[in-house]
Amino acid sequence: MYQLNKVDKKFPGVHALKAVDFKIGRGEIVGLIGENGAGKSTLMKVIYGAYQPDGGTVTVDGKTVRFQNPRQAMDHGIGMVFQEQSLITNLTVMENIFLGFERQFVRFGVINWTAMAEAARHQLRKVKLDIDPSTVTSKLSFAQRQLVELAKVLTLEERIDGDLVILLDEPTSVLAKEEVELLFSLVRELTSRASFIFVSHRMDEVMELSDRIYVMKDGEVVDVVAHDAANIDAIQHKMVGREVDKQYYREQKQRPYDGSKALVRFDRVGVAGKFNDISFDLHPGEVLCLVGTEGSGREAILRTIFGLEKPGTGTVEIKGRPFERTNAQEAVARGVGYVPRERKVEGIVNGMNVYENMTLSQMGNYASKGVLRIGEEKALAEEWIKRLSIKTPDVYKDCGGLSGGNQQKVVLAKWRSGGSDIFLLDHPTRGLDIGAKEDVYDMIREMCDDGAGIVLVADTLEEAIGLSHTILVLKDGKFQKRFAGPPGDKPSLYDLVHHMI
Amino acid sequence: MAKTLTADKAGTGFSIRRETLVKWAPLLVLIVLCAFFAVMEPRFLSTRNFARILIAASPALMVAIGVTFVIIMGSIDLSMEGTVSVCAVAFAFCFLWLGGTLASWAWLALPFAMLVGAVLGFVNGLIHVKLRIPSFMASLAMGFVGTGLAMVMTGGDRIRIEDALFRSLLTERILGFPLMVYVAGVFLLVAWFIQTRTTLGRNFYAVGGGEDLAIASGLNVNRVRVLGFTVAGVFFAVGALLAVGRIGIAETATGNNFMFLSITAVVVGGTALWGGVGGVWNTLVGVLIVFVIGNGMVVIGLPGYVQDGVLGILVILAVILSTDRKSISFVK
Repeated sequence: MYQLNKVDKKFPGVHALKAVDFKIGRGEIVGLIGENGAGKSTLMKVIYGAYQPDGGTVTVDGKTVRFQNPRQAMDHGIGMVFQEQSLITNLTVMENIFLGFERQFVRFGVINWTAMAEAARHQLRKVKLDIDPSTVTSKLSFAQRQLVELAKVLTLEERIDGDLVILLDEPTSVLAKEEVELLFSLVRELTSRASFIFVSHRMDEVMELSDRIYVMKDGEVVDVVAHDAANIDAIQHKMVGREVDKQYYREQKQRPYDGSKALVRFDRVGVAGKFNDISFDLHPGEVLCLVGTEGSGREAILRTIFGLEKPGTGTVEIKGRPFERTNAQEAVARGVGYVPRERKVEGIVNGMNVYENMTLSQMGNYASKGVLRIGEEKALAEEWIKRLSIKTPDVYKDCGGLSGGNQQKVVLAKWRSGGSDIFLLDHPTRGLDIGAKEDVYDMIREMCDDGAGIVLVADTLEEAIGLSHTILVLKDGKFQKRFAGPPGDKPSLYDLVHHMI
Repeated sequence: MAKTLTADKAGTGFSIRRETLVKWAPLLVLIVLCAFFAVMEPRFLSTRNFARILIAASPALMVAIGVTFVIIMGSIDLSMEGTVSVCAVAFAFCFLWLGGTLASWAWLALPFAMLVGAVLGFVNGLIHVKLRIPSFMASLAMGFVGTGLAMVMTGGDRIRIEDALFRSLLTERILGFPLMVYVAGVFLLVAWFIQTRTTLGRNFYAVGGGEDLAIASGLNVNRVRVLGFTVAGVFFAVGALLAVGRIGIAETATGNNFMFLSITAVVVGGTALWGGVGGVWNTLVGVLIVFVIGNGMVVIGLPGYVQDGVLGILVILAVILSTDRKSISFVK
């Protein structure tokens, strides 16, 4: 009944959806899986009307439709239960359920709360949630909120004629095991009222719940398997199934690291709610890659090394000593450099020029009694512009006006020139073009040759495999497996995916 | 990829034009205003009249420079009226107590007043940072505390400073302009030095331009904030000294009107309220715009309330011009 035909979606530089065919029948549960960046979220946004496709058609019951916004999609029976909780926590449950649709309860400009509460109770019964609709949402558990969201979407049933399609985006990520089972049995029952599209990183859950599974890779649907024919191994192969290009990742430049001393030592470290019981050593000259899905604890580990998160259990040692006060200043003083994922937000200051950005973390070295020695700053900037061939007209150029690759070089120059030898790189190649990516790979090898240790969260699995000496696979904040990746004997994508999901 | 590149270029091309416009618009407005008033009334252009404008503008310039630093950090300081009053009164008491003339030890009252300003700013900053109260609320409250404190100290009286040497700030003229104008000029240069040549000045821009990044670069952001408010306090004190020098009286009302004048001047000068952009030269131009309008309207004979209306419209225009409103998702 709901169908996508050859739907295409392009963003600058990315072909996010390539001629995707997708259909869902009445009362069906369809699973959608793929790696990070495979196009799942883009596809969902097209389905619920947040994005408009560039090509292809969307049909509901055979009629072509075009949604300008999610509201129009809702009018055709398509609702979304969001991954991040989309309830407004300081409103009551019933206010949330009917947010934007209060008209039906308004008499002479005043809301009839009794009527709204009764209607809300009716919705809550559909999801078997026995709570007072006038409870403030912040008092509910995450599982209850998830059900309220579902109830909110189910109000569509009364509002429109025709069939419902409900998208569930990672609905289980914040739920405990029993809650997941409850949710699943509820969803199965609700198939009498609606069809579901279920998106999750957790392969076993998708397999369990779905009637059919769409497997996505690089913006394409690579396979559609029926519940009975599904085989985890086969699906995992389909999700990855690419060869890693050795030349591209500078594998020939990868030298063995110095295992005799540790720059960073994690001993059974845990941060509540983020990760627990993680141990590893980072050695000079080593690229250590943290691999896992979103929310597996990769970023939190980087932030812990940088002193932004305080470990609840275990010990963190930077160059043989634990933190004294656990803050970023101390980490920087110990030689830790952080290249965050959001370059525009945390990497460079827009409006500050090249030399100002480069010395931001080390102004003390370029000032006497608080007065800056700008001549030296410029000399430093000029040296690094030459060394990393940063494309900028001069040192006075506003960094916000440089291309992404050159901004990234400025960020790396900032830490390298300040003498950092522990680098935390979070998606260092995100949004860069191929040439700029290769420059970053070259720099990573160079830094290793200089004896630096690098903790990397890579943009893709191939990148992780190609660049790293050591790979730690994480899942839900727990350590899964460690792989060594000497040149010529790298683990395969399949090995990693197997432990990730 | 080719697509992204062209998009980037188009983007920067537009923003450069925007930036150039934002950068030079205040100065252009100032020149146009001067030309307009000069055509309406040729006497506007006389040295005497310019001296009048600059005398009136000097104390406000100091206050506006102080608040400029805070605004560059992305915070706001509304304590200026109270701080100016307290500094003025504290100066007057100390000055009279130590002998009542600059030729004696009473000159110590000058650094004392600046110290008082620094302490008030420091406390202001601590309240904002340590208690995590929005700077606008913390400083507004501190301002009221200051006004009250000044009232308690004076009991509502005016304190006259009649020392000829101190009053020479107003009476002694070089090239037609009184000394206080030159004093303000010197402090403007000091502010410029802080802005461009010190780590503190650089840190103001870093905190205002991207606080997350400043933290991720290992800056002690809280320390920068407290110091920013402290520096602002010192400039408020200098403003207070010039204000006392100008009329020879210190009282609770010395601080009146500085809040609207200085914030208006900073915004009209092109310093962005969300931080990271602008500087002391912008503020100079902004202060001059505000006072040229005030003076020019009197000179061509328009009533004072028109002046307030014109200033209000200018503020809105300035914010429209200097804000890239597409990048802000919510306005509260």
